Amino acid sequence: MSTTTTRGVAQPAPAKVSRPRPRRSLRASSTFNFWLFTGPFLIGLIIFVFVPIGWSIWLSFFEARFTVTPSEFVGFDNYQQILTDANFRNSLVTFTVFAAFIVPATWALSLGLALLVNRLRFMRAFFRSVFFLPTAVSYVAAALIWKMSLFNGVRFGLANTVLGWFGVDNIAWLANPDPPWYWLVIVTVRLWLQSGFYMILFIAALQNIPRELYEAASIDGAKPGWQTFRHITLPQLRATSTAVILLLLVAAYQAFDEFFNLLGKATWGQPPLVELYKMALGQNQNYGAGSAGAVVLTLLICVVTLLQGKIMGFGRGEESK
Amino acid sequence: MSASSNMNWDRRNVLRAAMGLAAAGGLAACGSNTGRSGGGSGDGLVQYFHAYGEAGVEQALKRYAKAYKDAGVTTQWITGNNYEQKLFAALLTKNAPDVFEFHPQIQLVKSGQVADLTDIIEPVKDDFNQADITSHTVDGKIYGVRMIDDPQFLFYRPSLFKKAGVEVPTTLEELIEAADKLTTSKVKGIFLGNDLTSIDRPLIWSAGADTLTADNKPAFNTDAVADGLKQLRGLFTSGNLLLDAPADSWDPSALIQGLTAIQWCGMWAMPAMQKALGDDIGIFPFPKVGSAGKQSVYNGGWSMFVNAKSKNVEAAKEYVKWLWIDQKKYQEDFATSYGFHIPPRTSLAQSATKLKSGLPAEGVKLFNEFGHFDNIGWTQAMIAAFWDVIANTVRKDGDPKAQLDACEKKVDAELKKLFG
Repeated sequence: MSTTTTRGVAQPAPAKVSRPRPRRSLRASSTFNFWLFTGPFLIGLIIFVFVPIGWSIWLSFFEARFTVTPSEFVGFDNYQQILTDANFRNSLVTFTVFAAFIVPATWALSLGLALLVNRLRFMRAFFRSVFFLPTAVSYVAAALIWKMSLFNGVRFGLANTVLGWFGVDNIAWLANPDPPWYWLVIVTVRLWLQSGFYMILFIAALQNIPRELYEAASIDGAKPGWQTFRHITLPQLRATSTAVILLLLVAAYQAFDEFFNLLGKATWGQPPLVELYKMALGQNQNYGAGSAGAVVLTLLICVVTLLQGKIMGFGRGEESK
Repeated sequence: MSASSNMNWDRRNVLRAAMGLAAAGGLAACGSNTGRSGGGSGDGLVQYFHAYGEAGVEQALKRYAKAYKDAGVTTQWITGNNYEQKLFAALLTKNAPDVFEFHPQIQLVKSGQVADLTDIIEPVKDDFNQADITSHTVDGKIYGVRMIDDPQFLFYRPSLFKKAGVEVPTTLEELIEAADKLTTSKVKGIFLGNDLTSIDRPLIWSAGADTLTADNKPAFNTDAVADGLKQLRGLFTSGNLLLDAPADSWDPSALIQGLTAIQWCGMWAMPAMQKALGDDIGIFPFPKVGSAGKQSVYNGGWSMFVNAKSKNVEAAKEYVKWLWIDQKKYQEDFATSYGFHIPPRTSLAQSATKLKSGLPAEGVKLFNEFGHFDNIGWTQAMIAAFWDVIANTVRKDGDPKAQLDACEKKVDAELKKLFG
């Protein structure tokens, strides 16, 4: 946005405005170019993000069942309903559990894959592509494969076939929440889908670590392997790790597809977005309470992001590292 | 280009034009996928159907639509297991269907989403199954045309029963005992659907209770229903219940593939089952729960509704009248050529030869003897609240009475919003 202000100063004096300007100046005008390039994006952002957010806030103060243009003002009733709703509060716990599993698991797996692929002497491009490919698969398609072929509860499901070799009985992975095997299904599908992408980020970061550091360490007597990894590689990956963890948390907040497709009509394992979907778009059609939940969730995300930025130093200057 | 180079460009105008263009483009993009045919003539109708599992149904519906001359009709085939959610969301938008199939639920009437169809049904009212008329009537007005009645019951393999020395069960205890005897290392005793929600109402009815009373008060929170839930929890943990099957209970695959000896399913699946298993197939109603209960069959089905907020309400009503009231040939084709369904028109039900003998005839008998129809006051929000009870007490070890109390509270709140 700073571009606009600087260019604003550079505008021609009022007296000159009336004079016909050649088209060249228009093309060269940074202000024009600024709006030309950001305009379409900005319009999209206003129509598809800001208007819905505003509308949502407005809806949250109305009794809006089966309509998005309500007329009955109810004050904070919807907020009271959503904050006393056990399902909504449980969904926040579900999200926390999910994030506790998926963020460290993806971080470790993608870093591990990056280290392995980076050490390869041949077929590096092949393996890099193989691990990256799942990123292109849709969450819905992957969830259905996990549900119907890998983790179905009958004897010919892949997981149950493998367990069968060891004489273990068939397990109902998704239908039976006790023990909560459904977490295994949900976490593995996301792990498979997203690890490849973060692996690429780590490979790029690994290739940026100067070789001299390793040489110097080796001269100083550091043993290759764990010692160099712990004291050179890992600290050098700090910036990338921070970014990866932030991105993983954001992605976990947005989790919807696999939960919706894998758990269906359960009352457990419902993250906030699924809960709000049920409230607003599902059987209840209660857009007021759903919007109130969305506003509460947005505020929570803002607070968490700010805290995280403070703790992890994201966005701070290089010198403060 | 040379002409434009002399133009006196004003930055505001450029911006305005650019924004206008972008907005127009955006709106055009939004509006282009309306699925309407007829090139904007205004006569095009859109109809929504959930994806029927039987081969040929989609083609049949499109064939009927094509034969209608007064308007172009586009069929949207909604796949996935959340048809109601997709429908409800679509009904609020400009791209809402003009005509859609669903079950009778009063919130659609109260929120003004479905049009009054009394005038097109009235002349043939007496030819309809009267229960189907009742379940679509609110304050004397009829809001939907029943297309098919779908009785749902338990299907079983007589050969497996004989081998295990099991009689056809009439009580829930007997059913659970039978499931135990029928279970082997390869075949589970019984399949009631992956989340057990499809037996929600049969459980209530078989326990001698009901969803709502005649004056719309909750009637499902009884000790017998709580006991039934407790018994089902026992079945769930016994290892005799088929869980996480690749296809859910509305699809006959589990029984056909030999994964289970008994399966909850609907009459629509009879042709597929008979084709795969021949005569080795039988049916029985959901068994009695507790001493005061009575066996029950869920007479589900689908009905046609007209979107009251459609721009073409009259044209949509005309189409519904043409296909689901006048075209008896198509109605019979739809009810008996793909899956089996009972036509709600008495005259058609009597003449449908495919339903006159063997297993289909037995299905019709159970439909008449044990059948319970939808209650228009039992809405999707209440259904979902009861599904939570099943999830929390059968799949999880929750206390049935406490869960039923919580459900009653939710249902009460809904009823208050609907009836005041």
